[in-house]
Amino acid sequence: MAFGQDLRRARAIMWKDLTTERRSKAGFNAVAFLGVLILLLFGFALGPDTEALREAAAGALWLAILFSGVLAFNRSYQLELDGGALEPLLLYPAPRWTIFAGKFGANLLFVLLVEAIVVPVAIILFQVKSTTGWGSAAGVMVLGSIGFVTLGTFYASMASRSRAREVLLPLLLFPMLIPVLLASVESSNALLAGNPMRDAGAWVQLLVAFDVIFVVASFLAFDHVIEV
Amino acid sequence: MNTSEHSALKLEGLARRFGVRWALRGVTLEVRPGEVVGIMGHNGSGKSTLLRVIATVLRPSAGDGWVFGNHLVRNAVDVRRHIGFLAHSPGLYEDLTAAENLRFAAQMFGVAESGIPFVLERVGLGNAQDERVRGFSAGMQRRLALARLILGSPKLLLLDEPYNNFDAQGIQLVNEVIQEARRGRGGALVVLHDRRQGEHVLDRVAELGHGVVVGVSAGATPLSLVSAGGMTH
Repeated sequence: MAFGQDLRRARAIMWKDLTTERRSKAGFNAVAFLGVLILLLFGFALGPDTEALREAAAGALWLAILFSGVLAFNRSYQLELDGGALEPLLLYPAPRWTIFAGKFGANLLFVLLVEAIVVPVAIILFQVKSTTGWGSAAGVMVLGSIGFVTLGTFYASMASRSRAREVLLPLLLFPMLIPVLLASVESSNALLAGNPMRDAGAWVQLLVAFDVIFVVASFLAFDHVIEV
Repeated sequence: MNTSEHSALKLEGLARRFGVRWALRGVTLEVRPGEVVGIMGHNGSGKSTLLRVIATVLRPSAGDGWVFGNHLVRNAVDVRRHIGFLAHSPGLYEDLTAAENLRFAAQMFGVAESGIPFVLERVGLGNAQDERVRGFSAGMQRRLALARLILGSPKLLLLDEPYNNFDAQGIQLVNEVIQEARRGRGGALVVLHDRRQGEHVLDRVAELGHGVVVGVSAGATPLSLVSAGGMTH
């Protein structure tokens, strides 16, 4: 009963964040544009060599998502700080994990929507062909995004109290993201290169393990992070 | 927990430190059910910090506190069920409409959304319920924040300069909300700069100075320093 009520609270936070984002529009457009821009820059830097472009595709795509996604995480808490709404949010009779769950859900959907724009651009720009089907690659994208968004949402809450949060968040987040980034890029590469799942499987398993660890740890620790 | 047998608020040596600076240095205070207590003091005396600690937004660095028998740290979620905090900043979402802000609050409070139109009418925003808060004046935002507070049906009101940005009608509305809490055997802690603003509703006034209660007075009588009887320096 109480758990169901808490889930409804998390859903309310998610709805509030997404509605606010949808109406302001500026955030999504900027993040998606930055993602595409990073891909273009990688494309220019790598030159016209088709083979080199294909080999770099997964790494370039994940870095584009990481760099652009950081903007989204900062905005997620900026919404609360702008109008002084963080305190009222903390005052509702709900366990703190509901706030994390709501913001995680909103950020995950946001990042997946950005990926829906950035991934097709990467496929065209880097001339990527999948021999194992796009379904597996999409699954890896979702798994990688879960790990990325979990840590991003967690560290954004930590950095949100700092005046230098725009600088602090990447400094806190990127070192922690190395395992997720590595597992995501390697499993994406293995799938796009046509290797059967037994090659990519180990990386996917690692990615799942990181996701589970990060999700559980973030939910447990969030209570202490959000306290003033 | 049966809350009827407890004080609305009981603080024992409550302290809070920011870095090396003590904002509160041991506040002992009790608000009985049905009582409205004013808090006064100079800028930086710790009034707003006191409300934020009671509201569980800030953890106390030392001391204890209970809201209707619920400990401020150990039973923080239960404390939040009983309190309604009206802060300086309205804390609204500017890209949501007035009704959407209250719908979100109702879902977070876990109360029915059917009361939203009534509450909006009560605070005089019935005609503006579908307008985004971004276009609201400071007074309208304050009214909406008050509507959110009413929606939660709190037993203990924590009001930080509640009359700011309100016209005469708004001030009367604030006083009505305080009187309702009193009649419901709840309580209120009201931070004021000018004691005349709350003279019709206050039962006692406690004066804060440098993070401690330095004096209390009953009703509208002049403030007098006390040396004992629940005061801690």
